[in-house]
Amino acid sequence: MKHLSTKVTSNAHGQDSSYFLGWEEYEKNPYDEIKNPNGIIQMGLAENQLCFDLIETWLAKNPDAAGLKKDGHSIFKELALFQDYHGLPEFKKALAEFMEEIRGNRVTFDPRKIVLAAGSTSANETLMFCLAEPGDAFLLPTPYYPGFDRDLKWRTGAEIVPIHCSSSNGFQITESALQQAYQQAQKLDLKVKGVLVTNPSNPLGTMLTRKELNLLVDFITSKNIHLISDEIYSGTVFGFEHFVSVMDVLKDKKLENSEVSKRVHVVYSLSKDLGLPGFRVGAIYSNDEMVVSAATKMSSFGLVSSQTQYLLSALLSDKKFTSTYLDENQKRLKIRQKQLVSGLEAAGVTCLKSNAGLFCWVDMRHLLDTNTFEAELELWKKIVYEVKLNISPGSSCHCTEPGWFRVCFANMSEDTLDLAMERLKEYVESTDSRRVISKSSHERIKSLRKRTVSNWVFRVSWTDRVPDER
Amino acid sequence: MEIPEKNSGRGGAILSKIATNDQHGENSEYFDGWKAYDKDPFHLSRNPHGIIQMGLAENQLCLDLIKDWIKNNPQASICTPEGAHQFSDIANFQDYHGLKEFRQAIANFMGKARGGRVTFDPDRVVMSGGATGANETIMFCLADPGDVFLIPSPYYAAFDRDLRWRTGVEIIPVHCSSSDNFKLTVEAVEWAYKKAQESNKKVKGLILTNPSNPLGTMLDKETLKNLTRFVTSNNIHLVVDEIYAATVFAGGNFVSVAEVVDEVDISEVNVDLIHIVYSLSKDMGLPGFRVGIIYSYNDSVVSCARKMSSFGLVSSQTQLMLASMLSDDRFVENFLMESSRRLGIRHGVFTSGLKKADITCLTSKAGLFAWMDLRHLLRDRDSFESEIELWHIIIDKVKLNVSPGSSFRCTEPGWFRVCFANMDDDTLHVALQRIQDFVSKNNNKLVEKASVHDQTIQNNNAKKQKWRQGNLRLSFRRLYEDGLSSPGIMSPHSPLLRA
Repeated sequence: MKHLSTKVTSNAHGQDSSYFLGWEEYEKNPYDEIKNPNGIIQMGLAENQLCFDLIETWLAKNPDAAGLKKDGHSIFKELALFQDYHGLPEFKKALAEFMEEIRGNRVTFDPRKIVLAAGSTSANETLMFCLAEPGDAFLLPTPYYPGFDRDLKWRTGAEIVPIHCSSSNGFQITESALQQAYQQAQKLDLKVKGVLVTNPSNPLGTMLTRKELNLLVDFITSKNIHLISDEIYSGTVFGFEHFVSVMDVLKDKKLENSEVSKRVHVVYSLSKDLGLPGFRVGAIYSNDEMVVSAATKMSSFGLVSSQTQYLLSALLSDKKFTSTYLDENQKRLKIRQKQLVSGLEAAGVTCLKSNAGLFCWVDMRHLLDTNTFEAELELWKKIVYEVKLNISPGSSCHCTEPGWFRVCFANMSEDTLDLAMERLKEYVESTDSRRVISKSSHERIKSLRKRTVSNWVFRVSWTDRVPDER
Repeated sequence: MEIPEKNSGRGGAILSKIATNDQHGENSEYFDGWKAYDKDPFHLSRNPHGIIQMGLAENQLCLDLIKDWIKNNPQASICTPEGAHQFSDIANFQDYHGLKEFRQAIANFMGKARGGRVTFDPDRVVMSGGATGANETIMFCLADPGDVFLIPSPYYAAFDRDLRWRTGVEIIPVHCSSSDNFKLTVEAVEWAYKKAQESNKKVKGLILTNPSNPLGTMLDKETLKNLTRFVTSNNIHLVVDEIYAATVFAGGNFVSVAEVVDEVDISEVNVDLIHIVYSLSKDMGLPGFRVGIIYSYNDSVVSCARKMSSFGLVSSQTQLMLASMLSDDRFVENFLMESSRRLGIRHGVFTSGLKKADITCLTSKAGLFAWMDLRHLLRDRDSFESEIELWHIIIDKVKLNVSPGSSFRCTEPGWFRVCFANMDDDTLHVALQRIQDFVSKNNNKLVEKASVHDQTIQNNNAKKQKWRQGNLRLSFRRLYEDGLSSPGIMSPHSPLLRA
């Protein structure tokens, strides 16, 4: 209808992407252990359902917070009326301390620099409104979270220019890739306002190395642009190495109060670490007081419900709870990820070595008919409709190489995960006999070459297996 | 207007224009009253001489009813033993369609708040971050940057931010005047529409608040019908913000645009152009819970607004609680009745208290405020400087934070919005006492009554235009100096000079 805005009629919300179409298919035929055992298993949703019991236990032990009471008195009225966009001070304090705890208390977060938002969806959009004009660009390493197309671009008019990362080095960001992206933006006549990274990465599940972080900080320094670090998965790190935040790097480079630090902004949320996406708790952290000021005013468009702020301030102020939770969360994620990885291996499928996130970045290149995105989409459709697993194809994440898929592991029970892996194994076994015969010699040579390389990427062909170094 | 230098010296890493301009409206001097209140807030026992907040349109009259319901319905909370079994499902629920029971409960409540005269379809209920989020989102859906929406003035001050700031939409006021009780007429809308078109502006629609903020008045059915006919014949949108729908005092008659949509002949109204904004912040007094609603008769708008609601979903914890509360018909019916009754009483107490001080208000039957006529207290009836001067006196001397009409873009100086539902009876009594004392103390004033006729109105408009364009920042000190130095408009005995 031409009398609606262009936002209604355009596709910039990105919802026609396969990422969302898989969801729709799942909605039509959702798996249920008893009611619909042949339904589609949802593995496209990066949710953390592993630790609700810990929160429920806490609630049972803390009736005051649960019942909107403080020191035995009802504070219902105060909460019902509280709409101050500065947020509940005790909540921001607790949130700042939680963020510090996740980073091993190596860095400090000032509650006054926190701006609350309605989920990181809103936090990211708000930052765009603050940092970019319509037509300005942000550089993002690929593959990236499909929702960014909507969150960063749709209503803001900002553009995304990809920083191409490849499997040859485990999808790490390189200096040349950064420069190339910057130049590409200039060729397109787009003014680059900054770089946005998700660390730990969605969809890769890997953490940015110190080398990459240093590279990024140096890059934004030389170009005089912003760096947004979406650290929404910071509390899902389960490897031996601890999470290194961009804040750690600023501290190590002694840049904490520098001009550069004003251009580094962190986005956070409780949707992944605590598994509470329904509560819509997002945050922007910035050292630039003008950004904090503008973003705070913009948060009027998506404040966090006061009853939710109050509940979570009590939860996160309980340090015994938070340390137990973070510890247990990591343990359970690690076990669950291992379950997925082994299940995939049994199906002859490997994934990028990772130690964070709620998903694995799975290598199904050997299952493609041809090394094309059309083939990837064909494979994806088979997996959704025949294998009955909703997983996310790499193309929906703007990956430059066909054949990679994001598969989530923390949003279902162990049994369901086992079943999913069985289904996949059956499918691979049934198709592999056809595949070996039709594989071209070119593909074989390629696979032989790549087999020898890095710690990061393991490539398994049907005839050969590389020992697991996890 | 000064150009902000906030971005200087930063080379490429400057912030956006939106982040650095003043379009959020918060640097306006109208926040002086709030700042003064924050520094010296009234408290019955702890600070009895502090400033009483009468600038905040909150509804605190019926929170006890809601609190009781919550206490008696522990299963509606995911945190209680009775409700905790729902915790993980709810904590995990981020579907932008919202909980089905929530949408049904909202549709149910909206229907009951309109006396059951209309029903609402739960599938058209879309969530947003309060009405603030709803109004911004509807603009994103209906207009592109540079497009125009018409809006009757006086209007809610924050619309300048909500409708324009990040959307780039322009708003053009349709001025209403005291000569016919600030009534909005279709003729006035037509005139404004024509004028906008003549300046080559692309008008996408009309947005209005009904019941009105700051007036507290309601549109009659005939006018509402004619407005829907007008927008239909011109193919522009009509957005009605019905956030005060259930603040109608006992005996008042609210007509929702939803009723008109039902009644007007299908050939005369294109329902794809009709949209309602709603919220629980005023009717229920729950601004902290951030429950905003867009209700559109246009499927594309519903679909788009729903996608955009990702930027401001209602917390699932809140959705669950309200789903339960608002589907409790007994509670809802009693709440609406009681709220209506209490508001009517409070309004009556307030306006009769003002009458004792010879202050009249615009006749109104809804809202959480009264539109107070203080023109007779102005030093100069034609000047907004006088209004601001009077306002500062009210804050500093009478110690009440009220909102001057100019902050609502009223074209006539001397009107003030005063809120009465955000305090207890005792505080209201103190406020009235202060007003009565102040007025009686200054009863020997000899302010000349300026006559109100067309020329004066035009002068007002011209002055207002100049004033707005200049973005005049008036401090009380400067006003006072102006007052002293300006040639004898004011009688030497005027109390305002002495103040």
